[in-house]
Amino acid sequence: MFTRQPLDVVVVGAGVVGAACAYYATRSGLSVAVVDGGPVAGGTTGAGEGNLLVSDKPPGPELDLALLSASLWRELSEVLPRAVEYEQKGGLVVAADGASLATLTATAAGQSASGVRTTAVAPDELPDLEPHLAPGLTGGVLYPEDAQVQPALAAAHLIRAARDAGASPHLGEPVTAVLTGPTGAVRGVRTPAGDLLAPAVVNATGVGGGEFAALAGVELPVLPRRGFVLVTEPLPPLIRHKVYAAEYVADVSSASAALQTSPVVEGTPAGPVLIGASRERVGFDRTLSVPVISRLADAAAALFPVLGSARVMRAYHGFRPYLPDHLPAIGPDRRVSGLFHACGHEGAGIGLAPATAALVTAAIRGEQPPLDAEPFRPDRFGAGTGQQPRQHPARPTRQEPR
Amino acid sequence: MPSDHGDVAVVGAGPAGLAAAVTAADAGLDVLLVDAADAPGGQYYRAPAPGLGAIRPEALHHGWSTFTALTARLARHRDAGRLRHLTGHQVWAATRTGDDRVLHALTGPDGREGVTLRARRLVLATGAVERQLPFPGWTLPGVVGAAGAQAMLKSGLVLPGRRVVVAGSGPLLQAVALTLARAGAQVPALVEAAGYRAYGRAPLILAANPDRLAEGARHRAGLARFGVRMLTHRAVTAVHGTQRVEGVTVSRLDRAWRPVPGTGRRIDCDALAVGHGLVPQLDLALGLGCATRTDADGSAVLRLDEDLRTTVPGVWAAGETGGIGGVRLALAEGESAALSVIADARGGRAPARVAALRRHRRRMRGFAALMGAVHRPGPGWPEWLAPDTEVCRCEEVTAGAIRTAVDELGAGDSRTAKLLTRAGMGWCQGRTCGFAVRTLAGPAADTPPDRRPLACPVPLSTLARAVRSEDA
Ligand SMILES: Cc1cc2nc3c(=O)[nH]c(=O)nc-3n(C[C@H](O)[C@H](O)[C@H](O)COP(=O)(O)OP(=O)(O)OC[C@H]3O[C@@H](n4cnc5c(N)ncnc54)[C@H](O)[C@@H]3O)c2cc1C
Ligand SMILES: Cc1cc2nc3c(=O)[nH]c(=O)nc-3n(C[C@H](O)[C@H](O)[C@H](O)COP(=O)(O)OP(=O)(O)OC[C@H]3O[C@@H](n4cnc5c(N)ncnc54)[C@H](O)[C@@H]3O)c2cc1C
Repeated sequence: MFTRQPLDVVVVGAGVVGAACAYYATRSGLSVAVVDGGPVAGGTTGAGEGNLLVSDKPPGPELDLALLSASLWRELSEVLPRAVEYEQKGGLVVAADGASLATLTATAAGQSASGVRTTAVAPDELPDLEPHLAPGLTGGVLYPEDAQVQPALAAAHLIRAARDAGASPHLGEPVTAVLTGPTGAVRGVRTPAGDLLAPAVVNATGVGGGEFAALAGVELPVLPRRGFVLVTEPLPPLIRHKVYAAEYVADVSSASAALQTSPVVEGTPAGPVLIGASRERVGFDRTLSVPVISRLADAAAALFPVLGSARVMRAYHGFRPYLPDHLPAIGPDRRVSGLFHACGHEGAGIGLAPATAALVTAAIRGEQPPLDAEPFRPDRFGAGTGQQPRQHPARPTRQEPR
Repeated sequence: MPSDHGDVAVVGAGPAGLAAAVTAADAGLDVLLVDAADAPGGQYYRAPAPGLGAIRPEALHHGWSTFTALTARLARHRDAGRLRHLTGHQVWAATRTGDDRVLHALTGPDGREGVTLRARRLVLATGAVERQLPFPGWTLPGVVGAAGAQAMLKSGLVLPGRRVVVAGSGPLLQAVALTLARAGAQVPALVEAAGYRAYGRAPLILAANPDRLAEGARHRAGLARFGVRMLTHRAVTAVHGTQRVEGVTVSRLDRAWRPVPGTGRRIDCDALAVGHGLVPQLDLALGLGCATRTDADGSAVLRLDEDLRTTVPGVWAAGETGGIGGVRLALAEGESAALSVIADARGGRAPARVAALRRHRRRMRGFAALMGAVHRPGPGWPEWLAPDTEVCRCEEVTAGAIRTAVDELGAGDSRTAKLLTRAGMGWCQGRTCGFAVRTLAGPAADTPPDRRPLACPVPLSTLARAVRSEDA
């Protein structure tokens, strides 16, 4: 086993979050390695849909992070190749009855106060925005900042850009140990191919975040929340925005383990319409659930009756990395010097990746973060250093083909 | 009469599924036999559609009497109300709810009608489809699948061309070449990428399977009679023609199946029938969570015990789903699976037949493993490909694009290659290009097989109604 030259940072995980961390850290002048046990985007990123949403976040720290990220994605779209399919197509949230419209309007007012651009849409204006929407809706809100990216390509091109700027990717090299020095401070990681030494290690292992934290001797309660997505056959352009029902916002922030199936519906440049995604906490259950995909189909047809005659070509699922308070863990772990976390983004990791990377890079460099990082403190869950690394449930290393 | 609920449901009415269904019905179980096709028989026993004037389908089939005996039993059980044969039912998903195994199928004239079937036990006999490896020119009209050519001939009595080169790898090619020749095509050459001599290195397995040896000898004698040249350790590396096939270039291969430069020879023909063996159809099994293993031929197959149980309780599998092995093995496994299902339903001691079938199966599985190893694509086959050779035909993704995704963008398995190039995202969902993309994406040994939770496209409105029937 050999030891490679010292680095400033080792980022563990080549999903979209690790890719963004590698990119921003390298761009800031740090010497970076990014390590993954599998290929690029082989984890949850490969199952994500690529919604970059501000609309689904109520006012609070996650919305602030999403707004910062939205502007960083706009910048990135100028730098990364067009292949990442960035498009600021806007989101349209619709309400089916008076009560849900009232809730939606109140949420939008709060978001607007936090700096989100919102436009109220009257029922008779809906057909101009989305001609195929179901009749009888009571109104909606348009969010022009909602955007889209192809997540796997985005991660791959971020890593490629980081590599071109000097970072070294190590794919197919699982990290088996976090190395610490005599004071307990992190000094690198071990992989079957050798040790990578650096005074800073970033945990960007997504749904593996808890398991990785345990390697460093700390607890982080990352859990999987399963989501199914449906993809139709290619269709002529029918749907212009990201469209979803107002109930979706409640689903997103629900703490319940039970199934939620209010979908986001949107067209893609290649023609297929994406319908997703369900949310349920069922561990790493990889079997098909017909009730789940059936309810997704039902809800999509309720929004867009025209989809009823389309054929669903495939269904796939992934596991969102979930923390109990629905906020990601971002920044230094005060329990282990040199350990940084960037995981637990649940259903918003693609959207939140650049802002996460900006916070982590600032923390590593000891600079002022672009926004208050306190709510994302990784050690906020109470449990102290578990001296004995805890056993985590067996986890599949790869996820569903989409 | 079994209604929509049976003691056992069998998916697939090929040799394996037919044998399973009639054996279970013999013991008095209520059986649901479900198949997408309109007639029983699967890949092997294909009868010409009525009205084509074919008088003797048996002339194209070895063992036709076995088939007619099975269909006679099938008819008896159907008439007695012990068995329901649902033809024209394509199963799009199989799931478990409580003690039941649930099948979701599409049927009706336009395939939009949803049907939900339930049974305590499930036998998956969904067979296999042909394995294709791309090569320059394989998308030209006149290039057809070898199995497809045979199937076309058996069921429609049409030839893919007048002068047909048969190429690829595997024992099926001999059967295909012979069928084409007998039906009147000129077959200038059979181009086999492996060699038959490798079989000789396993004399014990050969000695235990004299029927397979005899079959091989019969095929070769037949091919010699029709003047078909056997070219081994060779592959088609180019197809000539603009509108359709006018000829092919055949090159020698080294041991790794890399083409040897300067060895190309042109053979004129107007069609090319090509195939590299078969790949099991595992979509339903994977959706249920059944575990797989990699077989000797390099494909993922279901992990089964001696009694053909999958790793999921209440789910058995028989025939090609457990590894490519041919029609006799499929028949034996169908019967074995049914006997195990019967024992599960009824208890009691295993009949003596069980032990005999197990021995029989072990012997034939031994031969199948040998066959798989001999014809497993060599690691050098991707060197046939030019950068602009299309690998995924649905999405028009070239070999060069996939290589870029691997070398430049960090794809490392078929899933990430697909995500970064769209290879396998089209209409066939990677059923055709899956094996090739997997090879090009790299040797990640532990990658799970491609999953397709929907075994076929499902109308959204039908899907939306499925939850009500599953909850019922
Ligand atoms: C169905 C579905 C739809 C979604 N839609 C959206 C959406 O529209 N918008 C959005 O923003 N988010 C969406 N998400 C959520 C989003 O996909 C995730 O939040 C995000 O991908 C998480 O990225 P990540 O980089 O943290 O994790 P991952 O992509 O899982 O990456 C973690 C990586 O770490 C590697 N790793 C783990 N352990 C180790 C180790 N010990 N050594 C080396 N490597 C290791 C893994 O191999 C993996 O590649 C969706 C999720 C699902 C399931
Ligand atoms: C061209 C060719 C020549 C061959 N020659 C020989 C030979 O000479 N000797 C030999 O021993 N073997 C030969 N074989 C192999 C032989 O055909 C197979 O071994 C045998 O058919 C396998 O039986 P099976 O029951 O496992 O599957 P199959 O015969 O493939 O039957 C599977 C059935 O399942 C059905 N099905 C699949 N999925 C679904 C679904 N989702 N819903 C509903 N129905 C479904 C299909 O419609 C099909 O009827 C040949 C095969 C081919 C293609």
